[in-house]
Amino acid sequence: MSRRRRSTSFYVLSFIFLLFVLFLYGPMFCVYLLSFQGPTGGMSFPMRGFSLTWYQTLFEGGRGVGDLGNAFWRSMRLCVIVAVLSSLIAVAAGLAYRRRFFGSNAVFYTAIMSMVVPGIFVGFGIALALSLFGIKSDWWYSGVGAQLTWSLPFGLLIMFIVLGRFNPAYEEAATDLGATPRQRFLYVILPIILPGVIGITMAGFTSSYDESARSALNMGTGNTMPMELTALLGAATTPAMFAVGTLTTLFMFTLVIGTLLIIGRIARRRQVRLNAATA
Amino acid sequence: MRIDPGFNALTAPLPEVEEAQAGIQKYDVEVVAVTKKFGDTTAVDNVSLRIPVASYCCLLGPSGCGKTTMLRMLAGHEFVTDGDILIRNKNVTNESALNRGTSMMFQSYALFPHLSVIDNVAFSLKLKKVAKAERHARAMDYLKLVQMETMAHRMPSQLSGGQQQRVALARSLITRPRVLLLDEPLSALDPFLRVLMRTELKRIQRELGITFVHVTHSQEEALALSDVMVVMDHGQIQQAGPAREVFESPANSFVARFIGGHNVISMEGRTVAVRADRCRIAEGIGGRQLAAEVVGSEYQGPVVRLNLKCEANGDLSALIPDARFFSDPPKVGDKVTMSWLAEDEAALPAA
Repeated sequence: MSRRRRSTSFYVLSFIFLLFVLFLYGPMFCVYLLSFQGPTGGMSFPMRGFSLTWYQTLFEGGRGVGDLGNAFWRSMRLCVIVAVLSSLIAVAAGLAYRRRFFGSNAVFYTAIMSMVVPGIFVGFGIALALSLFGIKSDWWYSGVGAQLTWSLPFGLLIMFIVLGRFNPAYEEAATDLGATPRQRFLYVILPIILPGVIGITMAGFTSSYDESARSALNMGTGNTMPMELTALLGAATTPAMFAVGTLTTLFMFTLVIGTLLIIGRIARRRQVRLNAATA
Repeated sequence: MRIDPGFNALTAPLPEVEEAQAGIQKYDVEVVAVTKKFGDTTAVDNVSLRIPVASYCCLLGPSGCGKTTMLRMLAGHEFVTDGDILIRNKNVTNESALNRGTSMMFQSYALFPHLSVIDNVAFSLKLKKVAKAERHARAMDYLKLVQMETMAHRMPSQLSGGQQQRVALARSLITRPRVLLLDEPLSALDPFLRVLMRTELKRIQRELGITFVHVTHSQEEALALSDVMVVMDHGQIQQAGPAREVFESPANSFVARFIGGHNVISMEGRTVAVRADRCRIAEGIGGRQLAAEVVGSEYQGPVVRLNLKCEANGDLSALIPDARFFSDPPKVGDKVTMSWLAEDEAALPAA
């Protein structure tokens, strides 16, 4: 293989890319590093020694930690509900959209619109409407609803892409081989679109976890994680915040890697079956 | 091709086949005045057709002639706008694809990508809750029929087009259809495989004693396979009959032109079709004659195809045996006389 000389643009673009990577990950690494700040250290460099003091503060509920523990569990509860609801509704809606129906365009644009409208106004609007009817907001309906205005259209768009590549002949073949609509969905459609469905669940989960613009006004009593963090960061804070950041990152990584492992295992199980048979 | 001796599931005839042999059943498929409209366009226009028991039927025509729509209506994947469809004496016009006794092999094969070959073939048995060991054993029988038993545990993505097609065929046949519907089954294969698979399809049809309805746009394929050849254009049947009958006496100039190998000639107020292999050059064989100009020649092995142009009749061709052609090869631009015998003419209705 002969090696061609790289052009100047290669180096210029590489440099820009490097800057981008630094800009993206540099601050995050500062946060991770500062979370190990010594007991006498503050919110910025220099590091005054290394310790796990701030993690301890976080778990023992010391100064500047507020109600984070409860906020975390409130967020988790919400994430799971939003993730499950958005994948269920997105799959159902995606399947419905494979055929034209009366008003399909109107429904589609209405759903997509809520992605375009600034989130804070969506949240404000919901809060306003509820108070107009004299209903008190609470996390399990107005909170979930406000978050769905974001994660649902997102899930629907993913579903359109997944089903756009789905060959309708698979369904016809299944019918031809004697499948009832239920069997057709369970044995053919769902297994083929499963990676996409897992993707929607993950997107729903993560978008719920850090969404506050739409839902802050509609949560009723008790803050979620992003709301609690915003409040804490506004007040005088300690490096315990950085510990939260580090743990959150770890948590999300675990989630992503876990998902990839599940998808990988599905693929591997097929591979194993194959090897066992050819051996 | 041999059949494995332990091959009983397949060779046991369907009760209907026995009925047919006893002369009770004459047709596998009857299409009665069927029309299909998509909005304002008519895809199939008042078509009637009968396909005898256990025959190989090819629906032939150019793209958009309605042949695929016809097939999909037989399968139940498309509703009929008007008319009736009977499969083995049973009116199935309003039946779902499930209960028709038909099975369709899709142009794209539509093998389920998440299932191995054997699970694809066994799919219909799984739906019927047949135990795993039994359904795999039966799937294996059908994989042997299509000579794919060594690939049973591969995934569809690991197979070539020809192999995928064999698996799709096995998957359709395991439902023991009375009528197998094939949508351009050979069009995705390379020419060599196409001829091989063609032979294979005919063999399987003969062995199972069921009816195949095969959609194609290849004249050669239709001639090679058909017991009943149906030529369609503009949503209508132009001619239906045994392949040889269609080739020897085309019903109209469309059929003569589309199935190829014919010259359509208008002279003296009538239109006739003459097979290109019955046309000769400068050989005074008597009968009819036409002046033409040579525009080119193609060597085809046993014969040479001579392309001719004639003012009144446009492009013509003559298939000349190679030895005769090379004994005195005409050159491009030569003025020649094409001749044929009156008895080789098939009269056509005036175009």
